[in-house]
Amino acid sequence: MKTFYTVSIIGYGAYVPLRRIKAIEIARIWGKSEKVLPLEEKSVAALDEDTATMAVEAAYNAILRAKIQPNEIGAVFVGTESKIYTVKPTATVVAEALGITPTTLASDYEFACKAGTEATQTCIGLVGSGMIKAALAIGSDIARGRPGDELEYTAGAGAAALILARSGIYEDVAEIEGTYSFVTDTPDFWRREGQIYPMHYYRFTGEPAYFYHSREAALRLMNELGLKPSDFKYAVFHQPNSKFPQEVAKSLGFTAEQIKPGLLVPLIGNSYAASSLLGLTATLDIAKPGDRILITSFGSGAGSDAMSIIVKDGIESKRDLAPKTMDYITRRRYVDYALYAKHRSKYNK
Amino acid sequence: MGSPSYWREKVYRYRLIAKYCENCNKKYYPPKLACPICGNKELKEVQLPRIGTLITYTWVTQPTKDFATQAPYVVGLIKLDDGTLIVSQLTDVEIEELKDGIRVEAVFRRMFEEGDSGLIYYGTKFRPCLFSK
Repeated sequence: MKTFYTVSIIGYGAYVPLRRIKAIEIARIWGKSEKVLPLEEKSVAALDEDTATMAVEAAYNAILRAKIQPNEIGAVFVGTESKIYTVKPTATVVAEALGITPTTLASDYEFACKAGTEATQTCIGLVGSGMIKAALAIGSDIARGRPGDELEYTAGAGAAALILARSGIYEDVAEIEGTYSFVTDTPDFWRREGQIYPMHYYRFTGEPAYFYHSREAALRLMNELGLKPSDFKYAVFHQPNSKFPQEVAKSLGFTAEQIKPGLLVPLIGNSYAASSLLGLTATLDIAKPGDRILITSFGSGAGSDAMSIIVKDGIESKRDLAPKTMDYITRRRYVDYALYAKHRSKYNK
Repeated sequence: MGSPSYWREKVYRYRLIAKYCENCNKKYYPPKLACPICGNKELKEVQLPRIGTLITYTWVTQPTKDFATQAPYVVGLIKLDDGTLIVSQLTDVEIEELKDGIRVEAVFRRMFEEGDSGLIYYGTKFRPCLFSK
């Protein structure tokens, strides 16, 4: 998909909570083998953090880099599957905290782990049509995993934000070269109304869901743009665990070096709607002008958004205007399972 | 605290905005309706700096009901970089990391909630600066 006007990322920001729990500590509680753990450790949001607070910090960093006045932003979309209310938007809290209200669109997006890129696609459309000047897309999640379930090892927390505007008006960080969205009705993972924890069908998790949608979105985008994996300096895929993004990258012809900067899941877990966007912010932190980056999200239910972006000169002057993704990842404090349970409200009050 | 009053104050609580008296060159946070020195009611809204220095602090282990789940936590007296003094909850910090004079920065966090089905209240807390500032 392409827009009428060319659209660029003019600012980006990340946020990862301070606390971590090691997968080995979760395995200790449930008596699981240490040999089959899906990652090393995951991020744990504090009691006073939620999707809105993490979104605000990531977006605040994006605004610093964009060098834009908050009231110039005409849309705030928060992609998440951990809304702060079932009915009442997270986006209005975020927009108010950032000083973007009242003249703006504001809404929450839900599409499991691809809600953040879904929000990004909408922002690209709004800006690319000339309807608004600039838009803020956020992926923010505190993932939930039932105690003892496989998801508990990977369900992390984090947020990433992008500010998009028509190319050439602000100082561009990266230009959107093209996007492709690919969705089908596939029941790999869901959470029913009123349920705290999600359910998943192993039968659909791998090939029918993650691999099929990620691969098709990426391949079709590359075909549409006439590109091949070697044309990209970096690639980012959604990261539900350490194995899947490496396997899908390899199957498409990308090398380990291409995905290395954006592969964060071993250190922070699966941050759901923020996962692939955090991979992108980490990659932008080290990218150079002219580098082409492929980002492919995946959301259960199921679908993928693929985007090709080309890094612009603005990256050099903007990347140091806010904390980098790895700055948040390398500052960490470990908690044991008891404190983790307290911070994630797993005790009955 | 009831939701109407908190809602009226949300801009100040969310964004660290103070009221400023031009006559007395004084900033007030939390904001006041009138300057307590000269009585001026035409106070202007001004953005406070988001960074300051921790002057002193206390460790709260017996909180009020609204903050019970957050205990133990820290409340500090902070001198912002423009000289404004404010009292705020600190977050992402352990007691052994605290000392007078550390640099702190504002963050947007949950303050409290009205049980499991009521409203969630947000505001500004401070944490030790991520980097030296």
